[in-house]
Amino acid sequence: MAHENSFLTSKLNDAIGWARKYSIFQYPFVTACCGMEYMAAACSHYDVDRFGAGLPRFSPRQADVLFVVGTISHKIAPVLRTIYDQMAEPKWVVAFGVCTCTGGFFDNYATVMGIDTILPVDTYIPGCPPRPEMVLDGLMKLQDKIQLQHSTGQHPTRDPRPDFDV
Amino acid sequence: MNNSGMIEAVSAKFADGVLASHVFRGDATVVVRRESLFDVARFVKDDPALSMNFLMDLSAVDYSTFGKGPTPAFFASSGVAVKPSTQIPDEDPWPGPGYVSEKRGADPEEWRFTVVYHFYSTTHKHRLRLVVPLTEDDAEVDTVTSLWAGANWLEREAWDMFGIVFRGHPDPRRILLYAEFEGHPLRKDYPVNKRQPLIGPLN
Amino acid sequence: METTPKPETMTAEVHASGLETRDMLLNIGPAHPAMHGIIRIVAKLDGEQIEEADVEIGYLHRGFEKMAEQVDYNGVMPYTDRLNYVSPLINNVGYCMAVEKMLGITVPERCQYVRVIVSEISRITDHLTCVGATAMELGAFTVFLYMIKAREFLWELVEKVTGARLTVSYCRVGGVKGDLPDDFAEPCKKAFAETRKVLEESDQLLTRNRIFTDRMAGTGVISAEDAISYGITGPFLRATGADFDVRKDSPYAVYDRLDFDVPVGTTGDNMDRYLVRMEEMQQSMKIVEQALRDMPPGPVLVNPETGREIPAAEMVDLAKMGDINAFSGGCAVAGPTLEGSGRAHQPSIATDEKRVFLPAKEDAYGNIEGLMNQFKLVMFGHGIRPPNGEVYFPVEGANGELGFYVVSDGAAHAYRVRVRPPCFAIMSALEHMLTGDMIADMIPTFGSVNMIGGELDR
Repeated sequence: MAHENSFLTSKLNDAIGWARKYSIFQYPFVTACCGMEYMAAACSHYDVDRFGAGLPRFSPRQADVLFVVGTISHKIAPVLRTIYDQMAEPKWVVAFGVCTCTGGFFDNYATVMGIDTILPVDTYIPGCPPRPEMVLDGLMKLQDKIQLQHSTGQHPTRDPRPDFDV
Repeated sequence: MNNSGMIEAVSAKFADGVLASHVFRGDATVVVRRESLFDVARFVKDDPALSMNFLMDLSAVDYSTFGKGPTPAFFASSGVAVKPSTQIPDEDPWPGPGYVSEKRGADPEEWRFTVVYHFYSTTHKHRLRLVVPLTEDDAEVDTVTSLWAGANWLEREAWDMFGIVFRGHPDPRRILLYAEFEGHPLRKDYPVNKRQPLIGPLN
Repeated sequence: METTPKPETMTAEVHASGLETRDMLLNIGPAHPAMHGIIRIVAKLDGEQIEEADVEIGYLHRGFEKMAEQVDYNGVMPYTDRLNYVSPLINNVGYCMAVEKMLGITVPERCQYVRVIVSEISRITDHLTCVGATAMELGAFTVFLYMIKAREFLWELVEKVTGARLTVSYCRVGGVKGDLPDDFAEPCKKAFAETRKVLEESDQLLTRNRIFTDRMAGTGVISAEDAISYGITGPFLRATGADFDVRKDSPYAVYDRLDFDVPVGTTGDNMDRYLVRMEEMQQSMKIVEQALRDMPPGPVLVNPETGREIPAAEMVDLAKMGDINAFSGGCAVAGPTLEGSGRAHQPSIATDEKRVFLPAKEDAYGNIEGLMNQFKLVMFGHGIRPPNGEVYFPVEGANGELGFYVVSDGAAHAYRVRVRPPCFAIMSALEHMLTGDMIADMIPTFGSVNMIGGELDR
């Protein structure tokens, strides 16, 4: 971009990044145990609303952060991928819990060994399930990422790992 | 009715159908021939002295590797079994998975699976287990969906996980896994991490 | 047996009036906001009315039963946590008691009380989540926030006992991980006071609320006979009027010594299920209070004349130097994760069967017998070895009878572990309950099922 470093555009990008990171519309794809901690993080004790992420949108087209909460089995994997494809850019993905990060200890025929094998992931929140404090930490890391990506004008680089035909 | 009474009631009615019985750790168990399973199930449900109105659980076990695992026996080598508590009745030791062929020599073929039914009666508050041994080539048994509606899904699950066919089942589909899945994962010869992903790499 | 799916086609028929009517197929799920959990319902609709519903489950199948055959007996404990992840402690207790039945051992009285206490706290959290989520799906978001607030207080209790909030792995075959903290009754009292307040507020917000009762009363009805035929247990069955409760009918642990009522409904609709759950929470709190009052006292910790408190890490160092005399009469002050599991606690929380339960840390570090005992139990291929056999042990889970059927061939891992998941039976009856109802009734009916994916699909 020619005007990438100009005062106006960089300030504008800062503003956009700032606005985006505090208005996260999340799609909680809740499958399993982590959903309980997700509920706990969303409710009054821990309250993700303080970070501007309090409003879940249950339509992928209106959401910009996909929270994948809980084990993804091979049966649900195509559904998850469809939901990811339906989301409009810019979009981010949070892997919530160790099952989504690596597959966790369900290392068997039924489960996907980490959702990054089927879609790109921006933030990993490990833990089985992660405590709400950890969720908030992960959320703030995601916010930093969102802010940085847009102040530099860079589009989020996708993880090159998934190379397969969907 | 107590455990031995239940076993006697079933054995008396089905002299040919009952292969064996035992009361291991207080669980009354009757091993029945496949052919008479449906009649036995109907009997335990309708008989007023038994009236098993609950089919609590229906499942299967694959006995193909029973006792064949590597066993550096801890208790066995010490020659001492864990001392049973006095609170748990133990009038009848477990005869082992070979009980069918040992007793009466009823099943000449090697059997591999057992289908296990757990019943409960709300009127008499007693429990009974029925065990049906099946061979590998002919793993088929009659459905009991007409007696208990809950058997429908449980039998679908036994088909899904073990490949046991329930004759006359109204809706024979996989239930927990997807239709594309090949094989039956709880069989002992299915490797634990043999994946069959619908999308994505074979991770 | 073929695995072909049901034909999913639109059917057209010509009505008596000469107008052509078409049934509509509506696909709900697997990821639907009003379905807390991933299931798929393909409903065949005649206008607003559900004519047929095909319920598809299995989206959270993660091979519990296969994994339980791979790891040793105590290694299954973390997997049981993730069955019904809203009340993991009940699963822990159920699995442990099944293996204990196989081994033929019993646990000390105090340990049984501890198990009852943690089970009942779990039951409250489960019912809170179920009622809260149902209310939220019917638009009462405030109730959800209140109930999660109460659940948070209870989870703090659980955390005090187990060290974890949700996936606790608290029980062991032959006992529990550690004793209750010293002053457990005090925080318990506070948390219950908060929970009672929340329940009262929720009761005022919901029970006579016109919007709520209109959607709950008379929907999702099932008769007692049908419920029994489907194998439904727990609050769901009790709402139909049948009073089957494992805690009363085949009592385990110390439930036969505790005084509590089993609430039953009359009509078997969603409203009754809600009322039964609300009352069960009160009863559970009553049980915990009684159990805390009646349980045999725990050990008096350190006798200042004979015992000295030594940090466990220091004890390890001393043991490595061979200086076991330095702490022969001492007590280990373990880290928070091992609190309540020292030598003084062991007799009251665990069986004295050395082939089943790990020795206290003082013994594992302090003498060769303890060390060998520890190794024999944790080494791969060794560990707990029940005799050959098969047992079934039921406990009252939050959704109904939770049974574990365990087969052992004498090896260090179970030959087969089968879970009798309570909400599997309820889900199999969902089609029956939805048929004939309006499409909007699906939400309260599904909510009252309290479907827990981990338990349903395993």
